[in-house]
Amino acid sequence: MWELIRANRRKSIILFFVMGLCLAVLGGAIGMFVDSFYASRTYSDFHNLTHESARSAPAGPSYAVYIGIAIALGLWMFQSIIAYFFGSKILLSASGATEVTHDVHPQLFNIVEEMKIAANLPVMPKVYIIPQAAPNAFATGIKPENCAIAVTAGLLSKLNRDELQGVIAHEMSHIINRDVLFMTFSGIMLGSIVLISQVFLRGMLYSGGGHGRRYGGGDSKGGGGWAILIITIVIAILVPILAHLLYYAISRKREYLADASAVRLTRYPEGLASALEVISNSHEELPTANKVTAPMYISNPLAGGKQNLSSLSSTHPPILKRIGILRAMSQGADFKTYQNAYARFTTKNKDLIPESSLAESVAVPLRQGTSAGRPAASRKQSTRDMGDLMRAVNQFAFLGCACGLKMKIPPDFKKPSVKCPRCGKINDLPHTELAAIAAMGAEGAFGPQTSQAPAKPTIKEKTPYYRRQGNDWESFKCVCGNLVQLSPAFSGSQVQCSKCNRKILIKGAK
Amino acid sequence: MIPALIALGIILVLAFIFIGFYNSLVRLRNQVKNAWSQIDVQLKRRHDLIPNLIETAKGYMKHERETLEGITQARSRAMSSEGIGETAKAEGALSGAMSKFFLVVENYPDLKANENFLALQEELTSTENKIAFSRQGYNDQVLFFNNKIEMFPSNVVANMFNFTQSEFFEIEDQAEKAVPKVSF
Repeated sequence: MWELIRANRRKSIILFFVMGLCLAVLGGAIGMFVDSFYASRTYSDFHNLTHESARSAPAGPSYAVYIGIAIALGLWMFQSIIAYFFGSKILLSASGATEVTHDVHPQLFNIVEEMKIAANLPVMPKVYIIPQAAPNAFATGIKPENCAIAVTAGLLSKLNRDELQGVIAHEMSHIINRDVLFMTFSGIMLGSIVLISQVFLRGMLYSGGGHGRRYGGGDSKGGGGWAILIITIVIAILVPILAHLLYYAISRKREYLADASAVRLTRYPEGLASALEVISNSHEELPTANKVTAPMYISNPLAGGKQNLSSLSSTHPPILKRIGILRAMSQGADFKTYQNAYARFTTKNKDLIPESSLAESVAVPLRQGTSAGRPAASRKQSTRDMGDLMRAVNQFAFLGCACGLKMKIPPDFKKPSVKCPRCGKINDLPHTELAAIAAMGAEGAFGPQTSQAPAKPTIKEKTPYYRRQGNDWESFKCVCGNLVQLSPAFSGSQVQCSKCNRKILIKGAK
Repeated sequence: MIPALIALGIILVLAFIFIGFYNSLVRLRNQVKNAWSQIDVQLKRRHDLIPNLIETAKGYMKHERETLEGITQARSRAMSSEGIGETAKAEGALSGAMSKFFLVVENYPDLKANENFLALQEELTSTENKIAFSRQGYNDQVLFFNNKIEMFPSNVVANMFNFTQSEFFEIEDQAEKAVPKVSF
């Protein structure tokens, strides 16, 4: 594993320099052009200038080249600094992700923890859910110490446990292989290149071009201006394309590597394979993703149904090929097996994983899956689960009526009770009941002013109570937010919350 | 004078090498201990979860008393076992009893629909996985430590201070051993 990280880092540095060179060439060319343009213009516009200043002009370009390079690199540096400190936050908020706790989706949390143990990560990554129907996931975090994993609600509702484990392992691999670090910085470098060339080309189109033509016509110096102009335009068009291709090629390779590492972590290639299959079968696009964030996701969020087209400009390898490689791993879960499977599916450039890390990898045996088959949930059921999940992320409360209907209570619902739309029974909202007591308790302790903040209730005087609705399974939320369940057989007068150890009185039905 | 200095120098160098070996052995032993405690946490968690599971299942599985009792017995045996080898054996038996239980559960759709049960099942599955993954890490550490104890020259230091080899944690994992049956 370490050898792979080291090889990755080595390649990253090389690529980094190549891209930096692209950026510098672009900046330098533009600087040269701007200088020659202004020098010529000054010359033609102010003909009465002395020869001295005209003669000093040739010394100018070298300066301007350096200024151009400095501006280009400065822009990149500025963006990199921002990305280093706020990159994760920007990416997460751009995708609309919300951080969740164990209670919202225990399985997701457990799986992340399992993979944390398997990957030997020093800390538990933060877990985010994106309330979107398209199944996808991404990881972020410059360092493994402050990383985060975000998955969409659609992914959680469509995958079973083993598949989800595969996806999380893939994302975890991006973190431990330092792909996030690399993709962030080279992504920004790419962004800078594109930005600079766009600004230049558009500037040429709308204003600069006109001037150029005017002075280029009669002046003998115009010939040099033209040449520089053409060279600069060619550079401004070619360099971004080159940088793109470079970036995408690396991005694709890292997806394969993350797949290989993921299998090593879970020792169950079928999990990731069938997860990718599910993802490739869905045709939803992720509206919160864009071209810049696309390489971060497990599969291209913008491709929709066209995930199998392989081209130079795709950020992800064709998904069917990824599945095929994973399914061909019948010998074991180590890098060597993946490498062999990869070679079988590729015609040229067969080496994916560096020799040095192949040599150190020991045979890792395969494991059997835990969840036998997909939970036999219908399409309707899985859509419903996804809706519930999205509401849970948005802090909706759920209230089961005695008739079996599950009511979803929005967080800003103020009334103390709600009428069941199916059977008409008036149900008390448990959380408002508890919050009211909490507010009362707070009032008794601190006077009436403090009751304005019921968001953080503190109970001192009175034990909270819950009134039973009937004799069926019932659940209510404790003040701490933990869900407490009562079985039909329960007959005691109080329960203890398993999370905060608060005692809650249980009163019989009215 | 000079030979004495040379001798002193050699002794000092040897002492430093000696201290270095000793410290690295202590560090490795602590790493093994730490890795073991990672497993231990998960094993304890499993022991804590099982009574809840049985309590929930009891109402639904009146005819499966044997299976449930099997789990309870395996659990108490696992809890009272001492030493890594014995623990591994007892925990393996417990894993076997649990997987048998989850097979039987397939026949009780009511139980499978119980939210409480599903939550417990998820926690147990996850704990089982965590045991498996941390076991891997532990065994790697043990291999490294044991190699250091056996190999020259660190074995000299190890023998002097009574460093003993650690045991591997080998669970007879049913899921890992079972070959999928294929019938045509």
